[in-house]
Amino acid sequence: MDEGRIVKVSGPLVIAEGMGNARMYDVVRVSDKRLIGEIIEMHGDRASIQVYEETAGLGPGEPVYTTGEALSVELAPGLIEAIYDGIQRPLDKIKDRVGDRIERGIELPGIDHERKWHFEPKVNPGDSVKPGDILGIVQETTVVEHRIMVPYGITGTVRDIKVGEFTVVDVVATVETADGLRDITMLTRWPVRRGRPYAEKLPPCAPLVTGQRIIDMFFPVAKGGAACVPGPFGSGKTVVQHQLARWADSDIIVYVGCGERGNEMTEVLMDFPELIDPHTGEPLMKRTTLVANTSDMPVAAREASIYTGITIAEYFRDMGYNVALMADSTSRWAEALREISGRLEEMPGEEGYPAYLGSRIAEFYERAGRVKCLGADGREGTLTAIGAVSPPGGDLSEPVAQATLRVAKVFWGLDSTLAARRHFPAINWLISYSLYLDRLEEQISKTVAADFGDLRKEAMQLLQEEAELEEIVRLVGIDALSIKDRLSLETSKSIREDFLHQNAYHEVDTYTSLPKQRLMLKAILDFHHSALDAVEAGVEFDAIMKLEVRNTIARMKYVPEHEEERLSSVFQQIKAAFIGLTQAVGGEEVA
Amino acid sequence: MLKEYRTVSEVAGPLMVVEQVEGVKYGELVEIEVSKDEIRRGRVLEADGSKALVQLFEGSAGLNLATAKVRFLGRGIELGVSMDMLGRVFDGFGRPRDGGPQIIPEKRVDINGNPINPYARDYPSEFIQTGISAIDGLNTLVRGQKLPIFSGSGLPHAALAAQIARQARVLGTEEKFSVVFGAMGITFEEADYFISDFRRTGAIERAVLFVNLADDPAIERISTPRMALTAAEYLAFEKDMHVLVILTDITNYAEALREVSAARMEVPGRRGYPGYMYTDLASMYERAGRIKGKKGSITQIPILTMPEDDKTHPIVDLTGYITEGQILLARELHRKGIYPPIDVLPSLSRLKDKGIGEGKTREDHADTMNQLYAAYARGKDAKELAAILGEAALSEDDKKFSKFSDEFETRYVNQGHEENRTIEQTLDLGWELLTLLPVRELKRIREEYIEKYLPDTRPA
Ligand SMILES: Nc1ncnc2c1ncn2[C@@H]1O[C@H](COP(=O)(O)OP(=O)(O)OP(=O)(O)O)[C@@H](O)[C@H]1O
Ligand SMILES: Nc1ncnc2c1ncn2[C@@H]1O[C@H](COP(=O)(O)OP(=O)(O)O)[C@@H](O)[C@H]1O
Ligand SMILES: [Mg+2]
Ligand SMILES: [Mg+2]
Repeated sequence: MDEGRIVKVSGPLVIAEGMGNARMYDVVRVSDKRLIGEIIEMHGDRASIQVYEETAGLGPGEPVYTTGEALSVELAPGLIEAIYDGIQRPLDKIKDRVGDRIERGIELPGIDHERKWHFEPKVNPGDSVKPGDILGIVQETTVVEHRIMVPYGITGTVRDIKVGEFTVVDVVATVETADGLRDITMLTRWPVRRGRPYAEKLPPCAPLVTGQRIIDMFFPVAKGGAACVPGPFGSGKTVVQHQLARWADSDIIVYVGCGERGNEMTEVLMDFPELIDPHTGEPLMKRTTLVANTSDMPVAAREASIYTGITIAEYFRDMGYNVALMADSTSRWAEALREISGRLEEMPGEEGYPAYLGSRIAEFYERAGRVKCLGADGREGTLTAIGAVSPPGGDLSEPVAQATLRVAKVFWGLDSTLAARRHFPAINWLISYSLYLDRLEEQISKTVAADFGDLRKEAMQLLQEEAELEEIVRLVGIDALSIKDRLSLETSKSIREDFLHQNAYHEVDTYTSLPKQRLMLKAILDFHHSALDAVEAGVEFDAIMKLEVRNTIARMKYVPEHEEERLSSVFQQIKAAFIGLTQAVGGEEVA
Repeated sequence: MLKEYRTVSEVAGPLMVVEQVEGVKYGELVEIEVSKDEIRRGRVLEADGSKALVQLFEGSAGLNLATAKVRFLGRGIELGVSMDMLGRVFDGFGRPRDGGPQIIPEKRVDINGNPINPYARDYPSEFIQTGISAIDGLNTLVRGQKLPIFSGSGLPHAALAAQIARQARVLGTEEKFSVVFGAMGITFEEADYFISDFRRTGAIERAVLFVNLADDPAIERISTPRMALTAAEYLAFEKDMHVLVILTDITNYAEALREVSAARMEVPGRRGYPGYMYTDLASMYERAGRIKGKKGSITQIPILTMPEDDKTHPIVDLTGYITEGQILLARELHRKGIYPPIDVLPSLSRLKDKGIGEGKTREDHADTMNQLYAAYARGKDAKELAAILGEAALSEDDKKFSKFSDEFETRYVNQGHEENRTIEQTLDLGWELLTLLPVRELKRIREEYIEKYLPDTRPA
């Protein structure tokens, strides 16, 4: 192992000399405390090192040891239900070892090397295999079948394959390759800054169903898509991310808490083992991996945490799963980049961010996608990336938000005025968009109901109309509006309050299936149509507003999914209510 | 024997360069002998070969390059902790300020502390009754939360913080808060307000104060809150106490940080504040919380005066991104004579959801809270409309909402400095105000609660 010497320490940045044999992005151990660092710049034999742990107490003259390896994660059974720091050290084991606070220089593997797993082979001796082929499986949790793949770079014939209980470092198969025999363990390593390979990238085509009405109905994200949630503090970025981690119909969730609050990770740790996944009936934790680099943890590891998370996510994608990754918040990651860049005395770009900010953000979101995986079976996997953005003052004109908007295909714009009036999720429907809408709507219309798209279009039209009408009301008062316009306003209000508004903390309201979403919106619009007809027939506006059935519509969100009859009975009630009204004015029955 | 250097080569603002040093460590504590009877402190900001860049806590006035003697102490900045701290007043660097004796420390602790492992945290969920409706009812505080007060110059944030410190208690327990008070650059009068209030109520016996006043060294403010938090951690996690930490004024702290950053000629972030200010503030705020298996807790109430009442100012904005909500004081309400002038719409407690409801406060709490918010927001809209078009332009419903929002401000938000409302009183008051609205508009409340709690206003 080569050894260099520290010449300078400035915050998380250490400069060392005598590093001529090291390479860019090699991991090094700094001082005899063996703090973990990564080389991010080389000038001759001088290396600039970002250190992933607190550097207080380090000084010039102390040694730096190179490892010759790039920053990597361990990939094997044991990832699910884990909670890691930004460089994949298991936080539960750290607590066991050093107690409640994170100390420096702790070396712990990301995966337990001693635990045994039941390995079941899927190939036979004599089979020829290539990278990505599934050699065997391990039932990692009740819901995750961990597929052990032929590692990248190995092609040949299976000489030997075992069945039984093994640790991740035991040899489970031997493959004869052109270069001789290769032993295969369940554990592989992958450098986090390099995307894992796949056979082919494909356009995303299926919706990620989130159970969040405004998202699924108006601004859906595709499995394999990229979405961003920008918003000022307290507008609901984290709750949106938590809700998706809870309810999205994804096989695997990787949740990266990047430079945010410790308690938010604790909340996930506390809730997820208790919450039941509506799709599998099992606890949500059984499909979840957490990466937590909270805001008080070292800033350089915050930069790494995003890559650690997405590499784990890609690994499960490669098994053929639908994986969703949430990163809260990518702005903190960008700030870590800025801090290191500043210490390197690089030429700053906009607002002190390095000039390469945009390309780093683009690279991150490009690692999302729907792919044909390596392996002969041609399986597909998806990786959906959802990043929170925390713009200073909530102003989207800043560099991180701008760079993100250039690459993310879905934009859920959170709005502090909506949040202040406790309209949650505070996604502003007038500025948000999804570029997947057309493609997904076709599919949803086929699987849920043919009128899904029409309902959405009409509702969105009403909301846009509302914005214009409100403007008129502000200028000249409500009396200037026609009855029809006033109905439009009332219906829009109903769409906002009874459909878009969704309380994450209400046991029923927190999740709504697509069929129920459709029923709710259809009820609101049916009422609207009936009301328009009734007005034609001479019914008073106020009489319509007093109809009790409006209350029934408003409370549909609280009716549990399984009470289907109660939900669909609303259409009868609407009809009956209007028949009553029109008969009272002597008009004809409303169709 | 520590080596003494007389090699100060440069002094600029709060910074000093010492040359030809050996074995200097990043972050270590430095002593500077300015004259025979004056010793100042500093901290190594950068160790570069044989040069050390040192931040001076007490400034550079009167420092002579040729005669100053510098010693590197080989350790970080530490605070000696012991139970004897209770009832005492220290300066911003942890030295007695009340004329009392030095503390004999049980141990010395580095004031920077290590990050809490998120896996070791326990989620804060114990309701703290502050007796203030706008907080208890709508922005509920829980034990272990960090909930700042965003204020403005001339607004009664000190009175509010003192009232919280006086009244706060957890229902069904007899445990008392101890209070740790960190003052950064506030005026003598303001500090005196707190200290007198603590004396008056006897809270001083259970309080530890770290006080850096407006005319004390500015850079010292960078260590003051960390001194306070180190004391708090000792009391909470080693002595099982429930500690309320009041830090005031974070704005002065951030300005000291900016001063150091500017002197280092760092690339500035927004409005000249350093790019690492988020991380720096987080390293203090995140020291609030609960830890599994520990009895005590740290609840933080930092106070910020928003420059120009601007909520998007970086100090305020970054704080809001780290803390678990905010209590926002509004000048407009203060002018109307409402105390506490809490603007409830932009205020928020992010941890309220797990601290309220059946068994904690009352089953109807969450629903009525949501309803009060929505109704107040709508009432304010209606009033805005009426201001333009006149009262007559409002619909019947909007008139009711408008009236509701007035009553809400004067009866619910407004209360006396000494008025300590129970949570039941607060919740019942909410229901009483909701009777001003049509029942069909109470969509955020479950029907069963409306049946059970809405006072019957129909004439008998
Ligand atoms: N995210 C948003 N984007 C655009 N406009 C919005 C947004 N949220 C609210 N508005 C608009 O602000 C106005 C006021 O909204 P608000 O929710 O206050 O309605 P409201 O006052 O509650 O309705 P009503 O008074 O009829 O009950 C409406 O025009 C609404 O469409
Ligand atoms: N869908 C929702 N339902 C109910 N409350 C919500 C919802 N979304 C956000 N909130 C409230 O808003 C607060 C702030 O949300 P959070 O996601 O933490 O904001 P951010 O991450 O943008 O700072 C939450 O603590 C919660 O009280
Ligand atoms: Mg958040
Ligand atoms: Mg309105």
